[in-house]
Amino acid sequence: MNGPQDLGGTMGFGPVCPQANEPVFHGEWEKRALAITLASAALGEWNLDMGRHARESLPPHVYLGVSYYEIWTRALAQMLHERGMVTKQEVQQAQMLVPPVPTKKPAASAAQLQAALATGSPYDRKVNHPARFAVGDVVRTRVMHPATHTRLPRYARGKVGEVVAVHGTFVFPDTHAHSQGEQPQWCYGVRFGGTELWGADADPTLEVLVDCWEPYLMEAAA
Amino acid sequence: MTHPSHPHDHDHDHEHDHDHGSELSQAAIRVRALETVLLAKGYVNADALDLIVETYETKIGPRCGAQVVARAWVDAAYKARLLADGTAAVAELSFSGRQGEHLQVVENTEGVHNMVVCTLCSCYPWPVLGLPPVWYKSAPYRSRAVLEPRAVLADFGVALPADKTVRVWDSTAEIRYLVLPQRPTGTQGWSEAQLAELITRDSMIGTGLPKVPGAAA
Repeated sequence: MNGPQDLGGTMGFGPVCPQANEPVFHGEWEKRALAITLASAALGEWNLDMGRHARESLPPHVYLGVSYYEIWTRALAQMLHERGMVTKQEVQQAQMLVPPVPTKKPAASAAQLQAALATGSPYDRKVNHPARFAVGDVVRTRVMHPATHTRLPRYARGKVGEVVAVHGTFVFPDTHAHSQGEQPQWCYGVRFGGTELWGADADPTLEVLVDCWEPYLMEAAA
Repeated sequence: MTHPSHPHDHDHDHEHDHDHGSELSQAAIRVRALETVLLAKGYVNADALDLIVETYETKIGPRCGAQVVARAWVDAAYKARLLADGTAAVAELSFSGRQGEHLQVVENTEGVHNMVVCTLCSCYPWPVLGLPPVWYKSAPYRSRAVLEPRAVLADFGVALPADKTVRVWDSTAEIRYLVLPQRPTGTQGWSEAQLAELITRDSMIGTGLPKVPGAAA
């Protein structure tokens, strides 16, 4: 979706302001925000792509106006509300008012979560169809504006680039975010020249690499 | 500006963002309410929450990535394995896990400088760099890194030769990128531990360069 998350090339946000010796967390609440977000995800009620879609679906003025951990927690609350797991009233009153609903997985123990963090969740999947493109192929990204989740940024749509890597086959976020299955697809590293993306005024030394699932691509001549 | 950490004090919030003080208070209140309800309903376990915080506050961070880079600087065979299969090579040093399942290491050279961004969210190689800094997740960085990386580098005090290729990696899929910076000159014979001290987090994102030997930290 053309939401507030799709920031590449947007102007007006001002300078990047790195903070010297920045701490990992800026206050206790950020620690708790991280912890409840990861622990809740372990219940299996939503996947990574659904989580991303919940965040990008926040109203733009909210998404752009709050810190990243607040984006996380607002999206977490929304996902909990939508599934009837936690009501808005419960959050307002900070207490349980209705019984919990069954979840796909039980609450993870510390040991289970430790193991899950250490192994992660690989997103590569086997498929039976061959890759359509190879390293060196010149491709064009599709022009598309789905109202649903996609990982092809606007700045890289309808652009010609060169395949520089065939990463393998991965869960397809465009379906996975919407309960339409993993539908794994080939994923490629595609290199775009700065002038292809931004025009004649672009930095001539710029190259941008975008990882693109096969449905985002077509032959350049097409 | 320093931010003292009080990991055992769960009842006091440190709200340092002077521009958004009231917003942060609201956020802190919402997080506490959510945690309370999630615990009461048995959706999460308290010890599991503490384990998550402890892991990312004390165990996983940019010193992990610095060990990887230092090893690559002294061991050509390791560097070759690292560039061929980042996930497997960092696992040799016992680094693995969430948000590093598919790791690719990209090498800075005389001709190419690499820089990593996630324009769509905050994708970052957690097992080797830890959690991303605020600026990495911020709109200024995410919007400008793919458009005017040299101007972004200037915000970090970094100036590159005018003819150097700047290669920006937008982490749009599940591959996570780590920059292998160039080894500074004047470090012949240095140990891995000495070299690791030169390797900053930002040099592994591509918004910085390794420290120069002999310069003040």
